[in-house]
Amino acid sequence: MAATHDVLIVGGGGAGLRAAIAIAETNPRLRVAVLSKVYPMRSHTVSAEGGAAGVARADDSLDEHAYDTISGGDWMSDQDAVEAFVKEAPQELMRLEHWGCPWSRESDGHIAVRPFGGMKKMRTWFAADKTGFHLLHTLFQTSLKYTSVVRYDEWFATRLLVDDGRVQGVVAIELMSGKVEAITASAVIICTGGCGRVFPFTTNAAIKTGDGMALAYRAGAPLKDMEFIQYHPTGLPFTGILITEAARAEGGYLINKDGYRYLQDYDLGKPEPKPVLRSMELGPRDRLSQAFMQEVAQGRTIATEYGPVVHLDLRHLGKKVITTKLPLVRELCLKYEARDPITDLIPVRPVVHYMMGGIHTDMDGATPIAGLYAAGEAACVSINGANRLGSNSLTELLVFGARAGRAAAEFASTANDDGATVAAQTKDEQRRLDDGFLRREGGRERLATLRVEMQKTMEGCAGIYRTGDALAKGDDTLAVLQERVCQVALDDHSRTFNTERITALEFSFMLDVAQAIVASALKREESRGAHQRTDFPRRDDQRFLAHSLAHRADDGACRIEYKPVAITRWPPAERVYGR
Amino acid sequence: MADMITIQVARYRPEEEGVQTLQEYEVPCPKDWVVLDGLNYIKDRLDGSLSFRWSCRMGVCGSCGMTVNGEPKLTCETFLSEYAGGSVRVEPLRNFPVIRDLVVEIGDFMRKLVRVKPWIVRDHEKPVSEGEYLQTPDQLDEFKQFSMCINCMLCYSACPIYGLEPAFIGPAAIALAQRYNLDSRDEGSHERLEVLSEHDGIWGCTFVGECTQVCPKHVDPAGAIQRYKLTAALEGLKSFVLPRSAR
Repeated sequence: MAATHDVLIVGGGGAGLRAAIAIAETNPRLRVAVLSKVYPMRSHTVSAEGGAAGVARADDSLDEHAYDTISGGDWMSDQDAVEAFVKEAPQELMRLEHWGCPWSRESDGHIAVRPFGGMKKMRTWFAADKTGFHLLHTLFQTSLKYTSVVRYDEWFATRLLVDDGRVQGVVAIELMSGKVEAITASAVIICTGGCGRVFPFTTNAAIKTGDGMALAYRAGAPLKDMEFIQYHPTGLPFTGILITEAARAEGGYLINKDGYRYLQDYDLGKPEPKPVLRSMELGPRDRLSQAFMQEVAQGRTIATEYGPVVHLDLRHLGKKVITTKLPLVRELCLKYEARDPITDLIPVRPVVHYMMGGIHTDMDGATPIAGLYAAGEAACVSINGANRLGSNSLTELLVFGARAGRAAAEFASTANDDGATVAAQTKDEQRRLDDGFLRREGGRERLATLRVEMQKTMEGCAGIYRTGDALAKGDDTLAVLQERVCQVALDDHSRTFNTERITALEFSFMLDVAQAIVASALKREESRGAHQRTDFPRRDDQRFLAHSLAHRADDGACRIEYKPVAITRWPPAERVYGR
Repeated sequence: MADMITIQVARYRPEEEGVQTLQEYEVPCPKDWVVLDGLNYIKDRLDGSLSFRWSCRMGVCGSCGMTVNGEPKLTCETFLSEYAGGSVRVEPLRNFPVIRDLVVEIGDFMRKLVRVKPWIVRDHEKPVSEGEYLQTPDQLDEFKQFSMCINCMLCYSACPIYGLEPAFIGPAAIALAQRYNLDSRDEGSHERLEVLSEHDGIWGCTFVGECTQVCPKHVDPAGAIQRYKLTAALEGLKSFVLPRSAR
């Protein structure tokens, strides 16, 4: 059976669109498809704010960007991947400039760069504080000129088709009609983003439900480093809306209930009036979120109806800086908090933001399944290690989106299609999606109730500080939820734009991913980066300078293996900030 | 417990019934809740069969545009408390075919967007290795406003011309054409002019300005349209008075 497409990309955010363009440019004869559960410009890349890192100035170097990334990641990053990343970063950002991205500029017309957390030099390119929005729209609009790229907008992939160890495409639901079809391809690239929605309080959009991670995991690809979850230190209470790190890069202070810049008490440097690189408010996100928890423990935070907060103080920056460099911050604070950062303090608290882990890939985005690739937040190469630095993720999706695109294009050019069992697999999946959802009767569990229980469980056991006991209990609760989800009652039996069926499928994806997170966190008996075990408070390079690989067994159980971290030129050392 | 508010929701389920109906739900109305929170309360607690689109819930993805008490709004930034004491009626965006409940079909816009070539067009591309195209902050300001469009479709929903003449290319597509025309890096304005000067291009607009009033991102599509009409008129004039080689 001949495949419909040469390369199918699942997910139309930054990584997926960059991959699509890379394929179209590599070989215009290849038939490329982008399948996404939302229109591509709705993808969560749109919400990224602060910027994208890439060496831009004469006083900076690739080695310094690499060192900041590796030390920021607490030596869990693969250094060969980081070296490739920092080398290709500037040209990818420049290419975006040529495609029309409205980067902020110096007065002489050159690209402007700003400081960012954990970065020793100014190297973060930005488009005010709407960088992700501009990057995504630039990529999407540019992708429209390549006629070899077709799209499946508002299609939801439910299963990877794998035959004889080789990927053959996906089964997907078209939302508008509800029809279920096989979309076959010689190669598939998963670019579906992260899974922040497994937690209750997150910056992540509703669509961030770990679909691609679960698709790959179920198909036999391991998930790597899933225990490393980034809490961004500054989210708005209640909504979880992100207040970009750029607010601190421009000079904002974090203060506790006494108006005290408390980060000075956590080995992050001394408070200076102006921002100092790799110091205080420009420390790495894991350390800042941990400092917040210590302040809570000492009763030095401010109580609100949505839990404890500290304040982000931008008032001293003045109206001009705030309105030109941070217009979205101001817009969001005015709208959702009824506070103006020019005159008021902003209440903030740590919020789940990013998954360092993801589908295990090599530097070309290849997974262990032949023909299956992944890039962006859905993937784990890993350049981010145990803690990602702000502004590395937008660059990552460009560099590795392009790499995965080129690699998949090459694979597809030589692929030999067979896919003998594709038709049978598709029929099975159609039956599951119709009988199991549209024709489901009875049931006593409400989907939203189960989701809330999963999210509470994850916050309780896999938050900023963890213990073996809490993780083990969380693991049990998730297993019970896996049983209860079989008893879910569904109200919607129509095919046309049935969002309840999608929500149920997403929940099932999230549960699988949540189990991989908890199992990985339980096994890692050390503290490193964003993974802090109070029962194992030290980093343990002897046992754990290694990536965890979570494999899913046929019965759904999770088996953890380890793979050594690639070290090239930067042997493990202490992470030093502010001194 | 917070005060309650009644939300009337337009329902349309083509497989069950051929007409749109209104259904009422009682939802809490805490001060921080937006209309979208009310809809999610309905979906989670009261009726899982209600369909609507949403994602970022911070006013940037453009998914959740609906008609709220007669006006096109992003429901993630329209607070329920604004309607406290009364009721809220939520309907799909106007001027679009309804697929289901609050979900409309926007394929027409997606096709029109491609027609205005919303990408940088250049006669000669310089290699990436030669660095950036210089662009001063003033040059950036020339087009920046028009680059803020989130494709939320509120302007099409408000546009009286689009309502009457669906072939009209519409406010957002024209604003995005202008976004590239005014970008100092772009050389494609002539190609876009051909599309926009068609009968159903910019001449359809009578400058009623509803698009600009409802735009949640202050893009000012009406301003883009008027400015472009002037350009097009001048180009049209040139074609009468100048020989082809001098245009």
